[in-house]
Amino acid sequence: MNGMIIGKYVPGDSLIHRLDPRTKLLLMFIYVFIVFLANNGWTYGILTLFTCLLLFLSRIPFSFMMRGLKPVLWVIVFTFFLHVLLTKEGHIVFQWLGIEVYDKAIQQGAFISLRFLLLIVVTTLLTLTTTPIEVTDGMESLLSPLKKWNVPVHELALMMSISLRFIPTLMEETEKIMKAQTARGVDFSSGPLQERMKAMTALLVPLFISAFKRAEELAVAMEVRGYRGSQNRTKWRELTWGRIDTAFMLFIGLLAIALWLLRS
Amino acid sequence: MDIVFRDVEHRYQINTPFEKRALYDIHVDIRSGSYVAVIGHTGSGKSTLLQHFNGLLQPTKGTAHLGDYTIVAGKKEKQLKPLRKKVGIVFQFPEHQLFEETVEKDICFGPMNFGMSEQEAKARVGEWLALVGLPEEVRHKSPFALSGGQMRRVAIAGVLAMEPEVLVLDEPTAGLDPRGRKEMMDMFANLQRQKKMTIVLVTHSMEEAARYADDIIIMHRGTIVRRGTPEQIFRNVDDLIHLGLDVPETVLFQRAIEQKFGIQFPEPCLTIEDVERSLQTLFTRVKRI
Ligand SMILES: Nc1ncnc2c1ncn2[C@@H]1O[C@H](COP(=O)(O)OP(=O)(O)O)[C@@H](O)[C@H]1O
Ligand SMILES: [Mg+2]
Repeated sequence: MNGMIIGKYVPGDSLIHRLDPRTKLLLMFIYVFIVFLANNGWTYGILTLFTCLLLFLSRIPFSFMMRGLKPVLWVIVFTFFLHVLLTKEGHIVFQWLGIEVYDKAIQQGAFISLRFLLLIVVTTLLTLTTTPIEVTDGMESLLSPLKKWNVPVHELALMMSISLRFIPTLMEETEKIMKAQTARGVDFSSGPLQERMKAMTALLVPLFISAFKRAEELAVAMEVRGYRGSQNRTKWRELTWGRIDTAFMLFIGLLAIALWLLRS
Repeated sequence: MDIVFRDVEHRYQINTPFEKRALYDIHVDIRSGSYVAVIGHTGSGKSTLLQHFNGLLQPTKGTAHLGDYTIVAGKKEKQLKPLRKKVGIVFQFPEHQLFEETVEKDICFGPMNFGMSEQEAKARVGEWLALVGLPEEVRHKSPFALSGGQMRRVAIAGVLAMEPEVLVLDEPTAGLDPRGRKEMMDMFANLQRQKKMTIVLVTHSMEEAARYADDIIIMHRGTIVRRGTPEQIFRNVDDLIHLGLDVPETVLFQRAIEQKFGIQFPEPCLTIEDVERSLQTLFTRVKRI
């Protein structure tokens, strides 16, 4: 549990922390699209540089980020080898036990894995530097034009913020129940399949029960107070768009143009 | 089984920005068969300390001797199952760990994990139910159909069924009514006396600690600041108040009387009975004068 960093917020006062959440959301969405523009050494180089710059500006320790990526690292490695083994383009670099490895295959494998890695770093960076409340406020603000077509934007944002709010609680709960069952002789990490299934039941049943209880309590608490969030509600924390936000938007715009020009 | 800690420290999420030192400089000896109470403010590290007793958490510095096991910081101990059989932990709100369809199955879960056969476990469920004061009828009910207090008892029965040598209790009476509290505390005291179990009790209630424990450990901000018999601990009331602890009403009463009349009680009054006894001796003395 402690290894997971996706979805966690690391308090800080860096430039990235202080950006308007809308900027960060837009930045991320644009990034997700322009990653697919990259298709050669130059464009991937620029993207990597940009990502490292963001990481540097956020003051999140590099080693901390790396450790958080460990759980997804094997997926990346797997992607790489899949490409290396299945792509048959370019020249053969070497042959071994009847397996032919082509130079284009290695290149493509490396590019795709890098793309994957960059996407994960940037999305993780968003959640590491933005509180869940900011994320939902930003979302709500960005989606508010949809209200014209009767999309329940506020309710969707509320659902999202409640889910985000309860992720750490759920993680804590999981850890607590796992400890309690471990103390009763359950082994979560090894053992035959049947025992593992039993172990999972011993974890999931209490977890679901407490999640349902919590949801019900919250719903009742909101109901008795007559919660109507979408109507005439003002905000305590107003979002403010500053000069650095405009600067960042321009910057990613330039990056997109550069990628477009440099791609082959 | 004896528990001996030498210079134990525990940091949660070590080497991350969330790193948190929850325990430090812990030197502690818990002799086999004793009844030790651990008291301290919320967040003082009591639960963290308890989880070291069966290897759920391992020290990030120092050494923990747990019976035959020696757990040294930095070395991952693998086979901890025999240790977990010997040290049963009843966590805070243990009713949250219930999951089986029937009370019987849930109670048998622990002992069967430690190798007891299903027949033997089932044959002994009645005994364990009686131990925690539950009627035989609940055996085939769903644990979720019981009252909160009954669920707590089922969960505790599930740990007692493992027949541990050391029973570790993390605020076992939190949220119970006074009668339920007393019954449960009496039951633990009986287990210590009759089955020679070692008991480590975390509690918020100084009265409970004073009444039942042979030894009290006081924790403050991650370390042990006082250790002694109830008499020794409650001799220095101002000290306890200074540590932000709730001193027993009886002790406060005694102090008020002592200050008001400029007299000294012969011993600290930890229970209502102590107060009664002390007051009687005082009165007889006053009458004689
Ligand atoms: N799983 C955990 N991860 C990080 N910090 C924790 C964890 N559990 C407890 N802590 C912290 O360790 C300190 C001691 O907690 P705990 O042992 O639960 O205290 P107590 O039981 O005395 O209330 C607290 O500051 C708490 O926030
Ligand atoms: Mg606690």
